[in-house]
Amino acid sequence: MDVLDLARLQFALTTIFHFIFVPISIGLSFLVAIMETLYVVKKNELYKRMAKFWGTFLLINFAVGIVTGILQEFQFGMNWSEFSRFVGDIFGAPLAIEALLAFFLESAFIGLWVFGWNRLSPKVHLACIWLVSAGTMISALWILAANSFMQRPVGYTINNGRAEMTDFMALLTNGQLLWEFPHTISAAIATGAFLVAGISAWSLLRKRETEFFRSSFKLSIIVALIASVAIAEFGHKQAQYLMDTQPMKMAASEGLWETSGDPAPWTVFAIIDPENRENRFEIKIPYLLSFLSYSKFSGAVPGMNELQAEYEKTYGPGDYIPPVRTTFWSFRIMVACGTAMILLGLYGSFLALRKKWDKMGGWFLRAMVAAIFLPFVANTAGWIMTEIGRQPWTVFGLLTVEDSVSPGVTAGEIWFSLISFTTMYLILLFVLIFLFIRTARRGPEREREREQQDPAFDPYALEGGDSVAAQ
Amino acid sequence: MPLNDLWFLLISVLFTGFFFLEGFDFGVGMATRFLARGDTQRRVLINTIGPFWDANEVWLITAAGAMFAAFPHWYSTLFSGYYMLLTLILLSLIARGVAFEFRGKAEGRLWRKTWDAAIFTGSAAPPFLFGIMFFSLIQGMPIGHNMEMTAGFGDVVNGYSLWGGLTVTSLCLLHGLTFISLKTTGELRNRSRRMALRLLPAAAALLAVLAVWTGFATDLFEQRKGWMTAAVILGGLAAGLTGYFLKRQKEGWAFGMTGTLIVLMLASVFIGLFPRVMISSIDSAFDLTVANAASSPYTLKSMTIVAAVLLPFVLAYQGWSYYVFRKRVSDSDHLEY
Repeated sequence: MDVLDLARLQFALTTIFHFIFVPISIGLSFLVAIMETLYVVKKNELYKRMAKFWGTFLLINFAVGIVTGILQEFQFGMNWSEFSRFVGDIFGAPLAIEALLAFFLESAFIGLWVFGWNRLSPKVHLACIWLVSAGTMISALWILAANSFMQRPVGYTINNGRAEMTDFMALLTNGQLLWEFPHTISAAIATGAFLVAGISAWSLLRKRETEFFRSSFKLSIIVALIASVAIAEFGHKQAQYLMDTQPMKMAASEGLWETSGDPAPWTVFAIIDPENRENRFEIKIPYLLSFLSYSKFSGAVPGMNELQAEYEKTYGPGDYIPPVRTTFWSFRIMVACGTAMILLGLYGSFLALRKKWDKMGGWFLRAMVAAIFLPFVANTAGWIMTEIGRQPWTVFGLLTVEDSVSPGVTAGEIWFSLISFTTMYLILLFVLIFLFIRTARRGPEREREREQQDPAFDPYALEGGDSVAAQ
Repeated sequence: MPLNDLWFLLISVLFTGFFFLEGFDFGVGMATRFLARGDTQRRVLINTIGPFWDANEVWLITAAGAMFAAFPHWYSTLFSGYYMLLTLILLSLIARGVAFEFRGKAEGRLWRKTWDAAIFTGSAAPPFLFGIMFFSLIQGMPIGHNMEMTAGFGDVVNGYSLWGGLTVTSLCLLHGLTFISLKTTGELRNRSRRMALRLLPAAAALLAVLAVWTGFATDLFEQRKGWMTAAVILGGLAAGLTGYFLKRQKEGWAFGMTGTLIVLMLASVFIGLFPRVMISSIDSAFDLTVANAASSPYTLKSMTIVAAVLLPFVLAYQGWSYYVFRKRVSDSDHLEY
């Protein structure tokens, strides 16, 4: 493999890994914030126990999210120096703001939250977790603003062979960001919610601390349902937006070589042959692609061959068709997972709201445990579709991946970093899963006992010194 | 002040702040190996930095982000040029960060030992490697007309840069020890103070040799004679005062002095560099400067507004967090990690 392939592989692996932990942080901090709000409002100890128990998962995950995030930021310069030079004027700004506005917020207030249970008044302590939650979402906003520029460059001009910013607000009002952000955030919240619901279902199967886990399940499954429906709606809007801005990505994700008839059918399944630019076997649902693309039952969708000819006219000779099979199938995997999430959310919410706990059969609880993985698969597939579907571009229409890579870095160096980062990440993932299972197995009661046996549950309290601690 | 200079200043402050803050928690991480007797003391040490280390690390992330935004060429040349060094730094920081969180979440001797080793290595390696990076950078690196740096092993790792790495590491350890004496009670407090006193002469000697060597290996003294001389004198003074305050058990002041040493060292690097950001050993015409490595005036202006609005809040709540956890930590407390 050459430097370009290696750099791409490393970026793909480290980003996919990073994005296992990020949605958990976003989703769980939001849920824990809701739980602690319920505690502060209702003064019910159950919700405090919930916030603490699920907070443990958040903390285990949080550290991994942060350290893998540093690598993400460094990697642009390390492996993609030409990209960073070309686009740094615009791309660097949201990254710097993300650090200044979001990372400081998260990291300072997660410390206050963990160590501040007995030193801060309940309301101030609650504010801390909401600020952590806000921090995770603000972080997503800015990094997605940067990504949106790569999908659809706005507010720039080309000067001396570099993209220069001309309109800062255009970055934030980018139509791509308008749908990408809520789509991603609701996916992250669903990820956290299905994690809580799944672990609760597992504990209900084991018939342990039923009251605690029923409450946790009820809260999380409702959040999961709302978030999953939101994902679908925002995703639908984003796909329609792509029809205008990146039609090639949509055509590839539909496996559409020739421009479709009007109305356009949606291909459920196809055996794609990129060599000969054709599909050998297809199952189609009539009208559906027109509806997905334009929200009406008519309208043709342009195919890859037509777009290729168009792009050649605009950008010069070259291959502008992304890897079709990857784009096609990642899209379908994402949609299938999302659909399953909505159905599980609907059924689970129905049972939980009607308090039909005895009707909640073993098969459903087991399905909910398995459903922990659905959002992760969907998230990953979604990003693969978004990023692979943009190929051969890093910045759409302006800079190709080939021209983005660091010219001075050798294959040997990337082999070294690739192997060591991958090994490190695999260990982290393994340990994280181990700790999740362990914490779930111990359950909230054991956690509370451990805490009560401690003579003074306040690492920073010494004789008399609690002027900060409101009673 | 032109915005290019302002952003150079801001990035210098962010890096210096990073070494001041993360410097002591690197030091505490190293001290878990030297100072702690038994698991409880080790936990006390880690808990002294528990609420802070994460936010301290964000100073580095922000410094790199600011560099990316304000000087994309500096960011690109530096990060791709020091590829191997940064890979090792990242691996250390990753291992260290998760180790704090993981070590207390399960029992077992092997479990604890593994994460303790990660905390020690992950705390000792980054200051050493960053030291190598900064002190090779100011020697000048082979940077061509296209701003690409193609450094060989000897360009990065040489006597001077290794000495710089050693000095940064020892200063961080010293800074960490004074922090521990400030944040603990009883036996740990006394032992950390005594250990800091024993380490002080060695660290001061390393620093003194580094200062002299800098006169030969770099052009920093030629560029900024006044400042460099002042820094050397102030450094000597701060080292002397560190000993004075430690002996009189004024730990807060001693901590301020070890911090001053770190600030003086980093400030010298950046002041000596200015207005260059990367020095080319091939031809000074290929130097990266605050002018030719910078973003467009529009970006700098937008970023200045954003930073001016946000920085006061960031500093305020970080300060508040240190205020909330201002009490000393002891083993009779609940220990999170």
